[in-house]
Amino acid sequence: MLLTVTSTAADATDLGFLLHKHPDRVQRFELPVGVAHVFYPEATAERCTVALLLEVDPVALVRGRAASQDQYVNDRPYAASSLLAVALGKVFSTARKGRCALRPDLEGVALPLTVRVPAVPCADGPELVERLFAPLGWDVAARTAPLDPEVPQWGDAPYVDLALVGTLTLADALTHLYVLLPVLDDTKHYWVGPDEVDKLLRAGGDWLAEHPERELITRRYLAHQRAYVDDASTRLDGPATEPAAQPAPRVSLARVRRDAVATALRDVGAHRVVDLGCGEGALLRDLVTDPAFTELVGIDVAARELDRAGRWLERLSDQQRARVTLRQSSATYRDPAIAGFDALVLMEVVEHLDPDRLPALEATVFAHARPHAVVVTTPNAEYNVLYERLQPGGMRHPDHRFEWTRGEFAAWASGVGERHGYAVELRDVGEPDEALGAPTQLAILTEVAR
Amino acid sequence: MIGIPELSLVALVGTSGSGKSTFAARHFGPFEVVSSDYCRGLVADDENDQSATKDAFELLGAIVAKRLSRGRLTVVDATNVGREGRKQILDLARAHDVLPVAIVLDVPVAVALERNAGRADRDFGAHVVRRQHDQLRRSLRGLEREGFRTVHVLSGVEEIDTAQVVREKLRNDLRDRHGPFDVIGDVHGCLPELTTLLGRLGYAITRDERGPVDAAHPDGRTAVFVGDLVDRGPDSPGVLRLVMGMSAAGHALAVSGNHEAKLVRALRGRQVQVSHGLETTLEQLAAVPDDERRAVLDWCDGLLAHLVLDDGRLVVAHAGLKEEYHGRASGRVRSFALYGDTTGETDEFGLPVRYPWAQDYRGRATVLYGHTPTPEPEWVNNTMCLDTGAVFGGRLTALRYPEREIVQVDAEQVWYEPARPFPAVADVRADDDLAITDVLGSRVVETAHHGRITVRAEQAAGALEVMSRFALHPRWLPYLPPTMAPVATSPRPDFLEHPDEAFAAFAAVDVPRVICEEKHMGSRAVVLVCADASVAARRFGGEPGRTGAVYTRTGRAFLDDDLTEQLLARVRAAAAPVFAELGTDWLLLDAELLPWSLKADPLLRTQYAAVGAAARLALPAALSALGTAAARGLDVADLTARTAVRREDADAYSAAYRRYRWDTDGLDGVQLAVFQVLAAEGSTFHDRDHLWHLAIADRLVAADPELFRTTGRVVVDTADPAEAVEWWTTLTAAGGEGMVVKPVTNLTRTRRGLVQPGLKVRGREYLRIIYGPDYTVPENLVRLKDRHIGLKRSLALREYALGLESLERLARAEPLWRIHEPVFAVLAMESDPVDPRL
Repeated sequence: MLLTVTSTAADATDLGFLLHKHPDRVQRFELPVGVAHVFYPEATAERCTVALLLEVDPVALVRGRAASQDQYVNDRPYAASSLLAVALGKVFSTARKGRCALRPDLEGVALPLTVRVPAVPCADGPELVERLFAPLGWDVAARTAPLDPEVPQWGDAPYVDLALVGTLTLADALTHLYVLLPVLDDTKHYWVGPDEVDKLLRAGGDWLAEHPERELITRRYLAHQRAYVDDASTRLDGPATEPAAQPAPRVSLARVRRDAVATALRDVGAHRVVDLGCGEGALLRDLVTDPAFTELVGIDVAARELDRAGRWLERLSDQQRARVTLRQSSATYRDPAIAGFDALVLMEVVEHLDPDRLPALEATVFAHARPHAVVVTTPNAEYNVLYERLQPGGMRHPDHRFEWTRGEFAAWASGVGERHGYAVELRDVGEPDEALGAPTQLAILTEVAR
Repeated sequence: MIGIPELSLVALVGTSGSGKSTFAARHFGPFEVVSSDYCRGLVADDENDQSATKDAFELLGAIVAKRLSRGRLTVVDATNVGREGRKQILDLARAHDVLPVAIVLDVPVAVALERNAGRADRDFGAHVVRRQHDQLRRSLRGLEREGFRTVHVLSGVEEIDTAQVVREKLRNDLRDRHGPFDVIGDVHGCLPELTTLLGRLGYAITRDERGPVDAAHPDGRTAVFVGDLVDRGPDSPGVLRLVMGMSAAGHALAVSGNHEAKLVRALRGRQVQVSHGLETTLEQLAAVPDDERRAVLDWCDGLLAHLVLDDGRLVVAHAGLKEEYHGRASGRVRSFALYGDTTGETDEFGLPVRYPWAQDYRGRATVLYGHTPTPEPEWVNNTMCLDTGAVFGGRLTALRYPEREIVQVDAEQVWYEPARPFPAVADVRADDDLAITDVLGSRVVETAHHGRITVRAEQAAGALEVMSRFALHPRWLPYLPPTMAPVATSPRPDFLEHPDEAFAAFAAVDVPRVICEEKHMGSRAVVLVCADASVAARRFGGEPGRTGAVYTRTGRAFLDDDLTEQLLARVRAAAAPVFAELGTDWLLLDAELLPWSLKADPLLRTQYAAVGAAARLALPAALSALGTAAARGLDVADLTARTAVRREDADAYSAAYRRYRWDTDGLDGVQLAVFQVLAAEGSTFHDRDHLWHLAIADRLVAADPELFRTTGRVVVDTADPAEAVEWWTTLTAAGGEGMVVKPVTNLTRTRRGLVQPGLKVRGREYLRIIYGPDYTVPENLVRLKDRHIGLKRSLALREYALGLESLERLARAEPLWRIHEPVFAVLAMESDPVDPRL
């Protein structure tokens, strides 16, 4: 991967002093991320260009402890990533700090600079490059390229050939790249720890606070770790003054849904409840606070979800924990261990199964487990047109195999009810639209005494 | 002489010092005897620590329970003079449906005291022994009433020392009878239908002036009646006369039905409700001589509730029998066998709702039964109900065992009006109900070709989500293809894989001849194609309108339902002669589906093409900067050379993946390269050589060259493979993916066991997609050669055996859970972390 910086200032070769690298030498630096080479393709009084070329070892990249990538073949040897940012930080560390002991007169002088990075990852499109660099005083040119020239229908590649032109100090230019290249790439090759916040604040101290994309920059730089992002925000804003009037927090649909399910469970008088498809256990967490639920069984098909659910379970009191069991199982396999409960919850579960597996779920739940009541929630497809971000005909989650209209859901529920002897009650969850219904639909199926 | 049933729980009863342990050691194996003293020692390091008694007996109970559930005779060596201790034993026997036996060792107190005095560890006083002796005396009479089926009392030292223990077979244990059998469903007095059926089965019927009295098969077959010979029908006495005659002559076996049980009570003059056809039988029997009626009573009374036949592979019981009850004896086993399991509810006709025990059945033994009239006999988890309502105007059914052929006779008329309309509407197929316990947890799959294969709990856990949420319904997935091991790493400086090692590997295990088959770089696809939707529904229980499935290595559908059916229609048309030739109405084919991009387009774009695009941006820019630097005299020659190679490699890499993508529109552009016939009705084909398989594939190509693609091949001796090396070199130089080298004879075993079914040898250019554009750079290649193939090989072999197992189970039409077991195991194996580049 490559990066060049060109100065067209008078006495352009002064760039060499600022970088502490002689324009007539080719230098080589062994770094943990690879081998960095620094050389000057041009070095005249009018125009001086330094090139940083980083050779990454593609075998080491995916081997042993250094293995940071889950894919064996990846773009790291070519694309400007956090690897390049680290190399830049190391090789030009003094320059980035803006110090020049040999020529103190050059410190802090803005130069007419052109920066070029030929392969900058930007899966979010070239506009983001503009939004990140332009506020810092750069003229941005981001040239796109086809993903594969021989397969034109694939469109553009998720990289741009980036050229930045502006009059800035070299130190600022390097710092901008140091912070923003990893932000564009949005994957770090190393473990992000708390000292990363310090690094970010040191590098972006005098410009980040006012940057319009500050939130995106902090979030991505800090690898989306909520605690670090919050820490950085607080420190960027300085000591809190008068707390701003908080707008009433909007209650999420997920919250409303869990409350609706809990209400339904109380309405059917359930004490022993199975949450089939419990995921990380958000519903169980709510239910366990109510001692009326004496036995809670969380079932999920994915072992990793249950591991996560198990983590909060450990934080409960012994009394509460004794009421919760987690167990791996599947809605498409009959399971004697979930038979005979008061109620079974299928919260946002059915739409994650292919339609031809629904009869298996039906048999598992209604023929074999046979709880007294079953509470089902699922999205109302009619409501989707009210979600601006959803494509027409699109679904709310990429894994949804279908989303039902109110009619389709009612038909399914009443069919199940007839086949297995359950009465059906339908409820709205969330603020209903007059014509389109509520965002989520809920059904309570109650066993009819035979 | 003391007789005890082969499977029983024996309680030794006697005071301390009565010689129980000595007796036990003399007559029973060391593991058969569970001693309370020993259990005390296990939990407290002291066989005489009375404070450990409670824990010791809990442990004893646990050991006994495990042994009994595994069907092992067990002897409890404890004093057992107290009622409470004996109750634990009786409860254990009852819980495991084995017969409890008591052997009392009654020695004079003086003898016991003298023996204890000789043992330093027994320092308890004489009063203890005396008290035990008193308890024993008081208990003696009541032992049978407490529930011991047999009580043997040995009085005095001599009787104890000279006693012989003889183990007796249970009466239901006919494991030494191997048939062949003709198992016949509920007759209910339908003598005309029975004689017709026996005739059709090939029995020669002997008659006297009053009717048939015996029937014998020329091949020595044995008829087995599932009970309910009597009631409702026109001639119950006649049926009994015939069957009793066959039974006496050794030509038939029978189990009791609930109607025989009730008849016995009625004939004994007990209070019974004379209904459900009993009135007919009693009326008919009133006309027969007294001694014959007496004989009927004795014979029916002697009928057992179930029989275990053919080394335990066949169980016959009137209403069926769950596995835990096979070969056991207890009231509830008899009751289950006679009346079945009921849910306790009654239906709208007032008849008890039967619990579908067969749905839960996971036993290896075939269970044949009757009791519940069904319109068609159907296999459900290796069980079959043979009651097809002959007396209600249905049919009388027999099943030939082990042939599993059904032979039926239509009823001559409706002899009796049923309480519930018959034939009832067939219920929804219930046998493809899979239980979570069929797949989760640590399991061992028995395979015919590679022994017992263990699936660890975490492997199974890893596969559950894929199977539940992403795969097709398991009934469409009778097979998942095994992973394939690559050839050993080549020592050649510029190759990672080369054919030499494949030939050497097969030569080393004495495989003389191999076939090299071209790899197409499609996606591995399994094609299940049925002759029509009704075959699919009957054989695989699919939804209406579907005629099969086309799925990936992990069981996902390749195409939407509509395109799948279009593809299946083309396959069906091309394969019509193959269907006829193999005498089947469905086929399971192993194939590659092309292009790769059909399934992998997102991966191609986000993963492979992106790498090429980044390289195309970065490397020319780097070369240009280096060129300018060189022009001003800087020494960047090495760096320039390396970068130039990278650029060429990146171009070669893009060229490599491009070969495996092309545009498709519906089925236009889609190709299928079939290379193996996996299974058809009643058959598997892994014993046919690969030329046979490819000949069938070639016929498909000839029939529909647009859809089917030929698989290039070369057959060579492993000792002289030059021709194949040449072929591979040409193939891969032109961009081919590579080849798979297989023993030409197909399934191969040597002294050392199963041989790898194939080794893949991938082309040098193709491997760029796997190992990266620059993998051919010498310093990279030398490090990449340090790869470990052992685990992959072992996995490949285990998955191969599991695959064969599922195919054989499919061909034998075993229940879905049995087919699904090895299929799920293959997916579970794949959750192991193995270098995905192999």
